[in-house]
Amino acid sequence: MVSFSAVAKRYPGGEEALREVSFSIAAGELAFVTGRSGAGKSTLLKLIPAIERPSAGSVLVNGQNVGALKRTAIPYLRRNLGLVFQDQKLLYDRSVYENVMLPLAFSDHGPREAARRARAALDKVGLLGREKANPIQLSGGEQQRLAIARAVVNRPSLLVADEPTANLDAESAARILEIFVAFNQVGVTVLIATHDQSLVERYGERVLRLADGRLASGATPA
Amino acid sequence: MIAWLRQHRRALAGAIARLAKASGLASAIVIGVALSLPAGGYALLENLRGLAGRLTLEPRLSVFLRPEAKRAETEALGAALRADARIAAARFVPREEALRELKATEGIAEVVAALERNPLPDAFVVSAKDQGAAALDALAADLRRLPAVVHVQADADWARRLAALAGIARLALAFLAALLGFALIAVTFNTIRLQILTRREEIEVSRLIGATDAFIRRPFYYLGLLQGLAGGGVALAIVATGLALLNGEVRVLAESYGSAFRLAFLGPVDAVAVVLLSGLLGWLGAFLSVSRHLR
Ligand SMILES: Nc1ncnc2c1ncn2[C@@H]1O[C@H](COP(=O)(O)OP(=O)(O)O)[C@@H](O)[C@H]1O
Ligand SMILES: [Mg+2]
Repeated sequence: MVSFSAVAKRYPGGEEALREVSFSIAAGELAFVTGRSGAGKSTLLKLIPAIERPSAGSVLVNGQNVGALKRTAIPYLRRNLGLVFQDQKLLYDRSVYENVMLPLAFSDHGPREAARRARAALDKVGLLGREKANPIQLSGGEQQRLAIARAVVNRPSLLVADEPTANLDAESAARILEIFVAFNQVGVTVLIATHDQSLVERYGERVLRLADGRLASGATPA
Repeated sequence: MIAWLRQHRRALAGAIARLAKASGLASAIVIGVALSLPAGGYALLENLRGLAGRLTLEPRLSVFLRPEAKRAETEALGAALRADARIAAARFVPREEALRELKATEGIAEVVAALERNPLPDAFVVSAKDQGAAALDALAADLRRLPAVVHVQADADWARRLAALAGIARLALAFLAALLGFALIAVTFNTIRLQILTRREEIEVSRLIGATDAFIRRPFYYLGLLQGLAGGGVALAIVATGLALLNGEVRVLAESYGSAFRLAFLGPVDAVAVVLLSGLLGWLGAFLSVSRHLR
């Protein structure tokens, strides 16, 4: 499903954020990327939807070399991925419902099917009934769940989340993780970056440990 | 195909909603006011042209004979005129008839009655086959050289002067229209720039989750187009109102001349052209703005 081989990433004018990173994740896995702040977790995740491009090596997603993808092909790659961003990127001038509908605006579903999917996604994260609310009125955990609903509304086969439990109390964090586990159980491949070691110990089947941009362990399934 | 249509309909609906907001309407009104100047000027010029056209339908030359011309000379001249291939018709107007016509003219009758003798010469009224200005000039010059002719007056002279003036006005109007068309593009460019700024976050998120460039740009193109079309409509409304107000005055003036003349609105083709051109320029402004401000 996801395969990195000898991937390096150097930001313009910066140090190398990733060096010689090679691993692969099979369909249906639930994997964590851990490491200290600045280790390169976010950079690794951003290579998958081609938000960043590798400086060397290749990144394959569903067999497609996304590092070499043409600019015009990138939107179609991203539509098939579920992305949960570190800063959530919710629209605070829109309702909860409109936030979930956003990815459906450029998918090819009719209005009825789109509405059905939006409600189903909100249902899965426990936000059904809050459609009309503004995201500002939601708690941190609820905002994170809204971000997950938006990511899964197009039913992606791969879900990528960057620090989805940052700034959340243990209970809210556990609830978020349960949602990811539930998606994984119905066959969605899940990749989560986190620096929270306790979460990894509780849920981690597969752990990729990054240190200073290098993969310290987890290159192959344990 | 259905999906494609749906995407366009959605972008159009979004653009209409955005136009309906105060800032979009204000821009449309600014565009309308700016465009009403050249559109109104054009309507006035077209009216003037219609008026001048009606008056010069039959450009005529008046050929006056020397007062002392003999009857034989007059008949020879008549024959020469009728023989000229460039002349469609030549009517002899004896001096007595000219005086009668003059006497019938209101306001002048008394002056004429006071005259001791008829001061008018015999004349031929000649209508030319080729009514072009150059042909008329050439014909008038030739007739002037004929014996017994003392003066040739081209009745179309003033109309030609009017046409020349109208030509200058038309040029000035074209210049004004070009200038304001440019202003229209600039206004749209700026509206779209502000729209892009206020929707920056939505654009960024949409890109991150798989919106194509076309999807992101489409609503802005529609907004520019709609704003231009609405501005064109506003311009037409202003011109129509302005003409209606002017017609109140024109009616009084025209009736004093016994005329039913009124200023007419732009023809349907011209009116549609104003709106379409305005929409096109709006789209162009949006296109330039999007190209400049969206990466
Ligand atoms: N856009 C960027 N430009 C320059 N340097 C960056 C950028 N993003 C991240 N970095 C650097 O790359 C390294 C890895 O960052 P990141 O991938 O965000 O780590 P993590 O998510 O594990 O905290 C850090 O040294 C960071 O400063
Ligand atoms: Mg990070």
